[in-house]
Order: sequence, then structure tokens, then C-alpha cells
Amino acid sequence: MNSEQQYLNLYFQVHQPRRLKKFHFLDVGSDKKYFDDDLNKEIMNRISKHCYLPSNELLLKIIDQHPELRITFSISGTALEQFERYAPQVLHSFRQLAETGSVEFLGETYYHSLAYFISNEEFIEQIGLHRQKINELIGVSPTFFRNTELIYSDVIGSTVAELGFSGIYIDGIERILKGESPNALYRHPEKELVLMPRNYRLSDDIAFRYSDEHWSEWPLTGKKFASWLYSIPSRDRIVNLAMDYETLGEHKKVESGIFDFFQDFLMAILHDNRIRIVNPSEVSKLLPAEKVISSERAISWADDARDLSAWLGNDMQRDAFGSLYKFHDFIVRSENRKLVDTYRHLLTSDHFYYMSTKKGADGTVHQYFSPYRSPYEAFMNFMNIISDFELRVKKKRRRTVFREANEINSLVA
Amino acid sequence: MTVLMFGWEFPPHISGGLGTACFGLSMALREENIRLLFVVPKAYGDEYISLINASDVIVGQETEWVEKISQEKMEGSKQISVPSNLRPYSMSEADEMLEEWNWQFISESREKVKTKEGIRFNFTGKYGPSLLDEVKRYADVASVIARENDFDIIHAHDWLTYLAGIEAKKVSGKPLVVHVHATEFDRAGVLNIDQRVFEIEKTGLDEADRIIAVSQWTKDIITEKYGIDPAKVKVVHNGVMPPEDTEFTAIPRIGDHVVTFLGRITYQKGPQYFIEAARKVLDYFPEVHFVMAGSGDLLPAMIEQVAKMKLSSRFHFTGFLKGKQMNQVWSVTDVYVMPSVSEPFGITPLEAVEAGVPVIVSNQSGVAEVMDHAIKVDFWDTNALADAIVNVLKHKSLSESLKVNSKKEIQSLTWQRAARRINQLYHEL
Repeated sequence: MNSEQQYLNLYFQVHQPRRLKKFHFLDVGSDKKYFDDDLNKEIMNRISKHCYLPSNELLLKIIDQHPELRITFSISGTALEQFERYAPQVLHSFRQLAETGSVEFLGETYYHSLAYFISNEEFIEQIGLHRQKINELIGVSPTFFRNTELIYSDVIGSTVAELGFSGIYIDGIERILKGESPNALYRHPEKELVLMPRNYRLSDDIAFRYSDEHWSEWPLTGKKFASWLYSIPSRDRIVNLAMDYETLGEHKKVESGIFDFFQDFLMAILHDNRIRIVNPSEVSKLLPAEKVISSERAISWADDARDLSAWLGNDMQRDAFGSLYKFHDFIVRSENRKLVDTYRHLLTSDHFYYMSTKKGADGTVHQYFSPYRSPYEAFMNFMNIISDFELRVKKKRRRTVFREANEINSLVA
Repeated sequence: MTVLMFGWEFPPHISGGLGTACFGLSMALREENIRLLFVVPKAYGDEYISLINASDVIVGQETEWVEKISQEKMEGSKQISVPSNLRPYSMSEADEMLEEWNWQFISESREKVKTKEGIRFNFTGKYGPSLLDEVKRYADVASVIARENDFDIIHAHDWLTYLAGIEAKKVSGKPLVVHVHATEFDRAGVLNIDQRVFEIEKTGLDEADRIIAVSQWTKDIITEKYGIDPAKVKVVHNGVMPPEDTEFTAIPRIGDHVVTFLGRITYQKGPQYFIEAARKVLDYFPEVHFVMAGSGDLLPAMIEQVAKMKLSSRFHFTGFLKGKQMNQVWSVTDVYVMPSVSEPFGITPLEAVEAGVPVIVSNQSGVAEVMDHAIKVDFWDTNALADAIVNVLKHKSLSESLKVNSKKEIQSLTWQRAARRINQLYHEL
């Protein structure tokens, strides 16, 4: 193996939240369902048609000709269960991709959630649920990890390492790299854990700037983008590009030429032998991870701030999350599977993302994803559901107490 | 006697109490054998007033007039920009979406607006920016209507219609009665007076032959802030209409103790004092739930304030409520609080009482003048407010007495009584 070999990793995030129904205060206590499954179905069908199916098909086609292509996916549990319900043909095509041996699937929290900030146990539990689900549906057992929206800190890394994952994705931001290159592997300060930094500039060239007509590089072609990779100095051994899979065909529509761009780019790299495309488990065996990167405070790939402020940045978000946090122990102890599942769906990061009051470019992105017209509407709707949930829990509590009292009575009698 | 009456809104297309008051008063004046020509700038055709005999009030006519005039003057276009910080219906841009969510009829009206002579109304439906134009256009329309109709008295409700009233008076020479349901000092507070609105109010009050104030509280503002001779101002308290249809679907209670704020969430209504008092109540009584029903420009700020205090799980924001939804909320309310900073009258406490809910009102309200069986506090005294809330929640004896006695008390607060008094005032002119 050439010691100067450069590597490229492409990781796509596949996620759909289970969006909530419009829930008025007057609906509280009415047994109304929380999840807008008609809307979720509609969105899933649309994105399957525009993104998941054509993109998977394209990849299968290229892998057929170039089995050396490598692609990394992380699919949230909430997306997997919606594929199962609404778009089984998408699951089928992911299974086909898995069978090629060219594709690696990552571990994450089932509910694409902020579970770590509830508790370490909740975090571990949700990772286990995801592992089960992806094994059941795709037939794989992930060994590399990505946390929700690349949220990462040293303690999160420790837990992930203890669970047996060999590495984790992080966003390659300056305040963490402290002058080091994003194009290298790093390691955790204490644990055996490889850190794979995302090259956010190059990733965002595709995910955001690709369709910006005011961008000096517009229009971006696959060949041009490949040439940028070739100009990376040879001491930089690995470039990771990571973005939403929905970039292909959904965030950037087919008319934008995104599929042609992507195909041209892959073919350019594959036909030229300078850069080898790899998956994370593979490359962490090929390349040394010498330097340590440490982050005491949580970072993420979201917004300009790249911290937790996209989900827990304002008082509404923190109060909503705090209100949910209060029930956690009771819910989990209830061992009522449906209640626990509903609770965990409410922990999905997207619900909090919709409540962001950030302005400017960040605000535009938040608004793009939000099914609500304003963060206040998102907050009120979510809190009405929390109120209803609290009522349900109270009823449950009363029944539990009643049952326990009966048990005690029967014992005494 | 025929009265040419200018209003701004009419049920069911209302955004506040003005439309409701105009409706109650119109019905009662009709019983007094007053013939009314009631004009609103925009008639939708489904207003409750169409119930009135067409020979008494010609409803279709005013719409026709408005449309005719608009069409006549449609040629030419000149764009004028109007500063957008106009109350009462103005909204800041950031909160606009939230407003639209709740104020549905406002967004409906946006497509239906006409342009007129030399002026092209850039009507965005945001009510605020073009309100002043609308007020002036209304006056143009009024002069045509006054010329074409016979009447004895002109009666104009609130500043939006004062210029129309003055125009009608100029054309006809008939006496003008100006009815003050609210002033700019109530809506905006002393520090945020919109000078343009104040000027219109002042002109209307000066030009009026008689002024009707809905409370002594309002009469005092009229005489002190607008320099009007007290002798010209008569106090006629509003009435309350018997509930027309109280049937509604029952909703479950959110908790054992529910305290409700219901009204526009604006400076005038004092929502921040409600939240401040709620915080104090919760220190003492953690199981109480607070419902904040209504919408307005301060809603986002109030949501944020509650979130900041980490009380969101005890606070429930409903957005704007319609008739039956209000009944639903009343049905699960243990005490209603109206902490208004300056409330000319305040019809909602009477509706709460009608629905069997004990009330706490601020001393800075007209309704406090007519209710003995309500707890009254100063709006700024959140300790007293919290104390009142806790006591009503804790002591069944207190809440029951308030409930029973206030219900009895408001039986005499009818629109018939108000109409009789107003009819007298008409005859004095």
C-alpha cells in the first residue's frame, strides 16, 4: 500500500422525524393522536420518489460497474420504521446496497434524539434499539457511530467507546481542531475511539452552496469538485464529506442537476486512481489516528454556532425539553411499551429544532425543515401535547397506585 | 328617530369588544324605536345585524355605497407609504405569522380590498399599515352616505369612525355623538401614544356635540388627557348580552385548579402581570394550571417569559378562541383574571360571570365600577393578585359567593338600560 494514498469517505444521513399533529389546547385530554401519520406518509412518499429510490438506484448502478465504490449511511430508527410502514421498496433497495458489501451503516440513537441529555442510560438504550432495528430490517450490525446531528463531547465519546464502537463522526470545526487539519483521523483523549472529522467546507459546498447562483463557483460540476479534492496536500490523508442524503433530489431538486453532479463526481474519482473511496471501519485500520482531539463542551454540525443552540438554544426549547425530562423515570419504569415509545418519539431533535428563534441564514434553514409557520406555533403545539401526555401519565399513576393498594390490601387480608 | 351610526366591525367578524358592543347596543336601540343606518367599512353579508328588519336598517346599502365609490375612484394610481407602527391592529413583522394563525378573518379580508382615486392601497391585510388610509377613505364614503340619507343624529364608535362622523356632520348639519369605547392611552400606554391616532381622537372629541364614555375611568381620561369639558361627557356603562347558545362539547380538565386569562395579548391587557402573579401562586401551589387564551402582539414575548421561568408545563397558550371554544375554556376555569393596565370597560369578566366563573379584575377598569362581587386589585400589585388567586382557589366559600352574587348582580347590566340612557341623550340634543 502506498503510504501516500489519500482517501475519501462519503457519509449520508437518512432521517425523517415522526411529525406531530396540530394539537390545540382544547384537544388536551381528548384522546387525540399525537402523530400526523397522514403527513408523515405523504412526505415519506414524496422524498422516496425524489430522493431515496433514484439515489439508491444510481448507487447500485455505479457499484455494479465499480464494486470498489464505498458509501456510508446512517439511517435513524424513526426513518427505518417509516420506510417499513410507507415505503418498503426503499428498505428493499437499502438491503440490496447492503448486500453489495460496498456500503457501511452507522449506529445512532433510534429516535434521532437528544437522549444523551436525558441520561447516559437513555442514550445507551436508544442506541441498542437502533442496533436491533437496523439488524432486523437491513441485516447489518454497525461498528462505527454517529450521534444525532454529530453532537459530540468527550463524555459522549467515552460512552460510545464503552459500547464497543470503534469510531465516531464529529464536525471538523476549528475550535476543536485547534489548528490541526480536518483531513485526518484523531483519537479520544482516554478511550480507544477514532474520531472522523467532517470536512464541513467541502460538504457544505454540495449541501448548501451547490445551488446558490450568487456563489463565485456556481455552477459546480462533478469534475471541478473532484479537482478540488486533488489539490488537497498529500499530508492530508482522508477527506470526509457528510450531509443529508436528502440533498440528492429533495433539498436540491433533480432540475438543479444534482444527480448528474454526483454521478460525474463519483465517476471522476473512480476513474482516476489518486483517491481511494473508503468506509470508516476500513480506513480507521488503514490510517493512524495519532493526535488527540478533546471537546469538553458539546459540539454539533448544526447552524453557524455548531453547538447545541439549534435545539436547546432558547428558553422555549429548554423549557420544553425540561418538561419532558421530568417524566422520564416514571415513563421508563412503567414498562408500558407504547407509552415509552411515544415518549421517545417526543425526544426527537427535530421537534426542538422547529422552536428555534434564530434569524438570518440559520433561521432560514430551521424554517425550511419546519412544518410550522413560526417557532411559537411549534412550541405551543408541542407543549399542548406534553400537557396531554402529562394527563395520561397522571391517569396511569393513579391506576398504578390503585393497583398497588389493592395488592397490599389482598396481602393484608 | 333615525340614527346614522358608524362602526368598524360587526359580529361575527370581530377582533375585539367593539363589534360585540355595537351589536348589543344596536339591538337594544331598535327596541327603543330608533331607526338605525348602521355603516361598517366592510360588510360580509353574514353579520348578525341582518336579523334586523330590512325596513329598519338597510344593510345592503352601505356595502353598495362603499363598493360604488371605490369603483368610481379606481382610476389612476399613486403609491403612498404609511408607517406601520399604527395600533390597535398593528403587528411587528416577526410576529405576523403567529397573528395570521389566529386572526383568520383578517387574512381573509386581504384579497377583497379595493383601490381608489389617486391612491393605491397596498393592502397587505396586515390591518396596521393601511389602517390610517382606511380611516380617511371611510370619511369620504361617509359624506356620500350622509348626503343620500335622512337621519336625525350621527353616532360614531371609536376613533376609527370619528372622521366619518365629522364628515357626515359637515354634510348634514346634524348633531354628532361620539362614543368612546377606548382611547389611545388605553391601547398604547402613555409612553407609546401614536400622535396621528391621538390627533384624530382629539378632533373627534372636540367636534362632537355629545360624548358617551363607557366608564368613569374613560371619562377621566377624556377630560384629563384630551382636555374636554366634563359636562359634555356622559358615562353609559356597557351591557352584557345573554349567552345565545351555551351548548358545547365538554372538554376534560387539565388539572384540579385552573386560572384563566382571556383577551387580546397586548400591552393594554396586562398579560405580564398575570404571568408574574402566576409565578408567585406556583411557589405556593405547584399544581395550579394557567390558561392564557387569546392572541396579540405580545404573545411571543409572553411565551418566552414563561419558558424562561420554566413554567411552560403549567401554562397553556390557546391562541385566539371563537365563541364555543370560549365556553369550553370557561367550563374548566376556576377563576378568571383580568389584570388590564387600562380597560375602558371590559366585557369578558361579565361573560365569565355569565358562565359561572368568579372573577378578579384590576381597579384600572370600567367594569370594576359596576361589579361589587368581584375581587379588585391594582394591576401592578402582583402580590395582591397572587393572594386573590390563591384564596379563590383554596376557599370554596369565597369562590361560591363570588359566583352566585356576581351572577345576580350582572342581571341588571343590560343593553336595554344602556340604550334607554342613550336614547335620552339623543333627545337632549
